[in-house]
Amino acid sequence: MSNLEPMIVIRNLYKSFGTIEAVNGVNLTVDRGKVVVVIGPSGSGKSTLLRCINHLEVETSGEIWIDGERLTHDQKQLNRIRADVGMVFQHFNLYPHLTVMENLTLAQQIVRGRGKAEAIEIAEQQLSRVGILGKRDRFPSQLSGGQQQRVAIARALSMKPKIMLFDEPTSALDPEMIKEVLDVMLDLVKDGITMVAVTHEMGFARRAADEIVFMDNGVIIEKANPETFFTQPQSERTRQFLSQILNK
Amino acid sequence: MAVKLTTNSAIPISLTSINRRKRLRDYPWWLAGILMLVLGTFALIVSDDNFRDAFAFIKIGLGVTISTTFTAFGIALGIGLLAGLGRISSNILIKNIATLYIELVRGIPMLVLIFFVAIVAVPGIVAGINALGELLSKSGFPVLADIFTSIQIKEVPMNFRAITALAVTYGAFLAEIFRAGIESIGKGQMEAARSQGMSNVQAMRYIILPQAIRNVLPALGNDFISMLKDSSLVSVLAVRDITQVTRLYTGQTFRYVEAYTTLAVLYLTMTVILSLMVKTIEGKLRRNEQS
Repeated sequence: MSNLEPMIVIRNLYKSFGTIEAVNGVNLTVDRGKVVVVIGPSGSGKSTLLRCINHLEVETSGEIWIDGERLTHDQKQLNRIRADVGMVFQHFNLYPHLTVMENLTLAQQIVRGRGKAEAIEIAEQQLSRVGILGKRDRFPSQLSGGQQQRVAIARALSMKPKIMLFDEPTSALDPEMIKEVLDVMLDLVKDGITMVAVTHEMGFARRAADEIVFMDNGVIIEKANPETFFTQPQSERTRQFLSQILNK
Repeated sequence: MAVKLTTNSAIPISLTSINRRKRLRDYPWWLAGILMLVLGTFALIVSDDNFRDAFAFIKIGLGVTISTTFTAFGIALGIGLLAGLGRISSNILIKNIATLYIELVRGIPMLVLIFFVAIVAVPGIVAGINALGELLSKSGFPVLADIFTSIQIKEVPMNFRAITALAVTYGAFLAEIFRAGIESIGKGQMEAARSQGMSNVQAMRYIILPQAIRNVLPALGNDFISMLKDSSLVSVLAVRDITQVTRLYTGQTFRYVEAYTTLAVLYLTMTVILSLMVKTIEGKLRRNEQS
């Protein structure tokens, strides 16, 4: 696969839950090493869109391509692709019965087939990267929210993913813990990972994004680089949303 | 009036006396009662010739009661886990088979089910195996055919049939416990596991089940206690557990009071010890959750 090929291609994506159209015809391309931040009011379909990228939600119709391969319903293919797509959740979803170290090594061993020593070595690198190596033998319940989310990021990174997906990673955190998580994310951006993040953190969006996608009612209203997006929004709906969120 | 007197009492109640009163109120008096019953009976067993004689006879059945309970519970755990997973399976056939089994068992009294499994179902299965053996011998698989035809229903011991019956019955109860345990785990856990590329089976085995089983340990313990008590039902199949041995003993000696008192206290001793163990596990789990 050539390096010019986009990492994620989404074509004509529709997803409905019963009668509710969560995603209503979305086209989006994410190039290798680029950071796309998706923003929008709650219920705009941004989380659903993100969850469709690794088939946690299966689209009603449309196509998803990851690194040149179209997602099918074949479980083996999905498991293989998901291993390459790290995901960080709003509520962390760490495995509470496992220590921090085990949270990071389990999937490496049973999905990636790495040996224990190698898995631990990679886990140690990732834990020190997010600044939490000292908690390696703790259980998730013994950590603060911010620490748990950093462990969750390290867990996703230990798989050596091609793409990182963030689903409102700071929305469940106390205000003083948001920064430590955003700093880790900015660090990843510096390293050039391909990232799609759904967030309400406009400061992060401005600093990190190559492209900002604004969604409402399941469709993309506007797509632009941060500079243009924040200073010269094209649509009335975007201006309205920005004025609400920035004047807070 | 008495209440009013104490609340309006001018005498200052010191903190230690409040604590003492609280401790007295929370004290497990019921346990002291059971302990007195048990110790009283054992005192009789030591001092009274008739009680001693009854106990010496009845205790012969303890081995059968305990081994029946453990074996049947072990098998029931396996059946229950499979049926519990079947209940939440997305495969409609598997789900319906599991639900059918659970509802069948729940709709039939345990005593009737024990008769049915031991006297109808097990012989029926053996007859089926025999018929398969006949078929195989005609189509030229002599070795397998010999094995299949040589199983005689008369040679299938009642102990084995009783264990099968208890395991089949309790499998259905345990299935519901396992199902509830699995459903108690938030769906974020499954999503996190799947997002890392784990298969459904891997996610169940490494992420969901360890947490689910931990949550249902007290419930499993309680069902183990129930099974110990329900194992007395196998006496209807003439399996020589403590209940059956007691019946045999009273048939010969007519010492009903001594024999049935001893029997009841034997069950009580075992179940109280077990339920204290379950309570300890429960307390430990709760403490771990808080930390």
